[in-house]
Amino acid sequence: MARNEQQKVDDPVLEVNDLSIDFHLRTHILHAVRNVGFTLHRGRTLALVGESGSGKSVTARALLRIIDSAARVTSGTITLDTDGKKTDLNTLGENSKEIRAIRGGRIGLIFQEPMSSLSPVHTIGSQIIEALRLHRNMDKASAKQETIELLRQVEIPDPAAMADRYTFEFSGGMRQRAMIAMALACDPDILIADEPTTALDVTTQAEILDLIKRLQVSRGMAMLLITHDLGVVAEVADEVAVMRFGRIVETGPVDDIFHAPQHAYTKDLLGSTVRLEKGATTSSGGTEKRQPVLSVRGLTKVFGGETSWFGKGAYALKAVDSASFDLHAGESLGIVGESGSGKTTLGRLILRTVEPTEGQVIYRPGDGSETDVTRLDKQGMRNFHRHVRLVFQDPFSSLNPRMTVKQIVGDPLFVTGTARGKALESRVGELLEMVGLDPAAMERYPHAFSGGQRQRIGIARALALDPKIIIADEATSALDVSIRAQILDLLLEVRKRLNLSFIFISHDISVVRYFCDRVAVMHRGKIVEIGSAEQICDAPKEDYTKALISAVPNPDPRNKRMLHRTRFTA
Amino acid sequence: MSGTKIIHKELETAPALSPLKTGGDIGSIAAAGQWTLIWHKFTRNKVAVFAGVMILLFYFVGIFVEFLAPGLPDKSKPQFTYAPPQQLEWFAPDGEGGTKFLPHVKGYKMEVDPVALRRTFTADETDIIPIGFFVEGPAYKLWNLIPADRHLIGPIDKNETVYFLGSDKLGRDLLSRLIYGTRVSMSIGLLGVCMSLVLGVVLGALSGFYGGWVDMLIQRIIEVVSSMPTIPLWLGLAAAIPLTWSPLQVYFVITIIVSLLAWTGLAREVRGRFYALRGEDFVVAARLDGSAERRVIFRHILPSLTSHILAVITLALPVMIVAETALSFLGIGLKPPVVSWGVLLQDAQNIRTVATAPWLLLWPAGAVVVAVLSFNFLGDGLRDAADPYGD
Repeated sequence: MARNEQQKVDDPVLEVNDLSIDFHLRTHILHAVRNVGFTLHRGRTLALVGESGSGKSVTARALLRIIDSAARVTSGTITLDTDGKKTDLNTLGENSKEIRAIRGGRIGLIFQEPMSSLSPVHTIGSQIIEALRLHRNMDKASAKQETIELLRQVEIPDPAAMADRYTFEFSGGMRQRAMIAMALACDPDILIADEPTTALDVTTQAEILDLIKRLQVSRGMAMLLITHDLGVVAEVADEVAVMRFGRIVETGPVDDIFHAPQHAYTKDLLGSTVRLEKGATTSSGGTEKRQPVLSVRGLTKVFGGETSWFGKGAYALKAVDSASFDLHAGESLGIVGESGSGKTTLGRLILRTVEPTEGQVIYRPGDGSETDVTRLDKQGMRNFHRHVRLVFQDPFSSLNPRMTVKQIVGDPLFVTGTARGKALESRVGELLEMVGLDPAAMERYPHAFSGGQRQRIGIARALALDPKIIIADEATSALDVSIRAQILDLLLEVRKRLNLSFIFISHDISVVRYFCDRVAVMHRGKIVEIGSAEQICDAPKEDYTKALISAVPNPDPRNKRMLHRTRFTA
Repeated sequence: MSGTKIIHKELETAPALSPLKTGGDIGSIAAAGQWTLIWHKFTRNKVAVFAGVMILLFYFVGIFVEFLAPGLPDKSKPQFTYAPPQQLEWFAPDGEGGTKFLPHVKGYKMEVDPVALRRTFTADETDIIPIGFFVEGPAYKLWNLIPADRHLIGPIDKNETVYFLGSDKLGRDLLSRLIYGTRVSMSIGLLGVCMSLVLGVVLGALSGFYGGWVDMLIQRIIEVVSSMPTIPLWLGLAAAIPLTWSPLQVYFVITIIVSLLAWTGLAREVRGRFYALRGEDFVVAARLDGSAERRVIFRHILPSLTSHILAVITLALPVMIVAETALSFLGIGLKPPVVSWGVLLQDAQNIRTVATAPWLLLWPAGAVVVAVLSFNFLGDGLRDAADPYGD
């Protein structure tokens, strides 16, 4: 790092001017990036914030000239100035020797998907050694030495042994650490992190962001952070550029962006994020005295471990471990947990799309009767499914692309014989109106709708049979921040209007806090804590909950929560 | 730096687009069903469209065989064995030193090599055989039903014969035989594929939808069937066909034999798709909507599969055609007097024939190659277009 010491911090190292990129589609040209300009400074972090389709990732890729073949850079300069010699990257050939020396050598890149950006057939160590030998001309032994040192820097325990492991032996967080080690291998001056923590759990995200930030400061790198999450921006960025539809609409220091936003879009974006920081629900008091509409007792699911012809299966996984809770009429219960905590399985167990191993699910429709869902036959299940409906996570795969909206929303009405013909059409129109869509659009196919609109169609389908309970499985995770807030408000409204109960499964604590009355926290298949939303979010009792809550990035640069988080080891 | 800087004040509501060509209407896509989208995607692949046109042309020829062929396939003229192709010419001398428009071919001048007793034919510049379109020729029954005697092209004098593509060892017209062969060769594929389609889709769907032991059983059957060496099995089965059967019966039996071994690939493809679709969210949703299994299969899963099945069929057809050709070439498939491309190739089995009459090899083999290639290009194009929602 001798090179860095000679130069002052805050020197500009990369200047982008007037960058425009067009995508040639079949009938149209999409101006994905329009006249974008920004400057990266040594030792500082610029966050490029925007929702999907805003052109933020394409911009980052253009810096390394690794954009799609359908895309064309139409104007602009990208001036790299790390060692006194200015080079315009836009004039270099896409596969020239010079640009290859810069990729990885002077600009390091961390991808979003740690699962797919590492080779599965090489050891972690050999992939880093390759980068070292290519860019720094090291011999094998010293490259190996350096690799271990790098893995130590990214805080991988026992780096000498881990270097010989394969990708599949690493967890998501460890893989992202290895990716960072690889990006740092050649001691780059600029680090581009493209949604580096989006695929990770909150606690892992906190650790990775923490690590990136510390490495960036200690090495004096300039960083370009691309993200959609304003919480992450507030935690790590120095400057912010807000992108929308290919343009930077507003730029400035992080504090000003968060506390004195100028542009209407920035205000809107912040509004949607900050709103989720507090609860929206007015807890409908007194429900506790009445009988709960759904009682789950000791629900357990074990995967694997059955005895087969060849003796006992060696490996059994308790995905859900004796979960018990009550759900009252008109109440929303949030279930939060990290990936693999069993929260999705719990939802599926209640609907019995996955058969429970043990336990009871008691459903009380409110007319005094009681049914044990785990004992129902086919016809009984069909009946139960009319009362308890599921809203899916993925608005793209959950709608049959070959059916019109009318057929999709009307399908449950049709198969249960509730409505046919004209009656079905008017009911579908009613439902579409309820979820804020134009009833005239019912002849269209799902591909004509955006993600948020598709999710509304999915909600309309769930509401079609006048259900009592809706299980929403990560219903807002695939959506952009501003759309997410709209969908949550829609759900709140239908909940009030139709007196629905919700089981709201999510990994996103702020969404759960906004939407739910009570929250259950799951960890490794067990419900570790259950309580009111305020209590869980503001005064958690269990250690795991504390760690989870404190790892959530706070969208306020003056109050960085993540850096003072509590850690949980189990 | 202090304070934020607004770069673009106005609030846009949609990404910036500019049309590449005029007339593109985005709105019509919104209400377009899957076949419209598949067609849009398919027509972008020019090679596949061209291959599709070729296939249609082949089937057109196959349908109107009797009219399109200049003669009958079995009409032989022993004096013209191995006669070379005659060139169609448009202008002939008019006797006054000039030329006039008169489509014609030149007659043959035959010489017999006194040592080898081999006949050689050369064009006789003075013998002009006029050619006409829509001429009266040998009588035939179109589709074995409608008596007629018009031919698209042929000699104006119906007692003359022309050999546009040469003749075979009995002096039969290769062009006529090739055109008649198109009907048999192109349709044997269709029939065979229809049979394997039924077997493949039913077994594949059962296997993919139910999984468990049903899947296990069907997959093992598929493995056993596909592990059998095909050529010896065909040989055995074909040898078991009684000699007394009519050529038409043999034709059907050959179809069944070929398709009995060809359904496994289709079944595996269908099973894989079913397996993938069964776990899709929209199928789970349909189940939770209360749909019975039959409705889930026929209303939700199969419509997503039809385009894929179409592509698989298109790719299975050339396999059938090649199988028929191979069997007939080996002499165990179709036998004369049925005419197929494989039967025609039988005539080109020895090197002497190939040396003296190369057209006997070139044209039938060319027809097989062009048909198979066209099917493959078309199938590839269809497969790429089959899922228009992919990107």
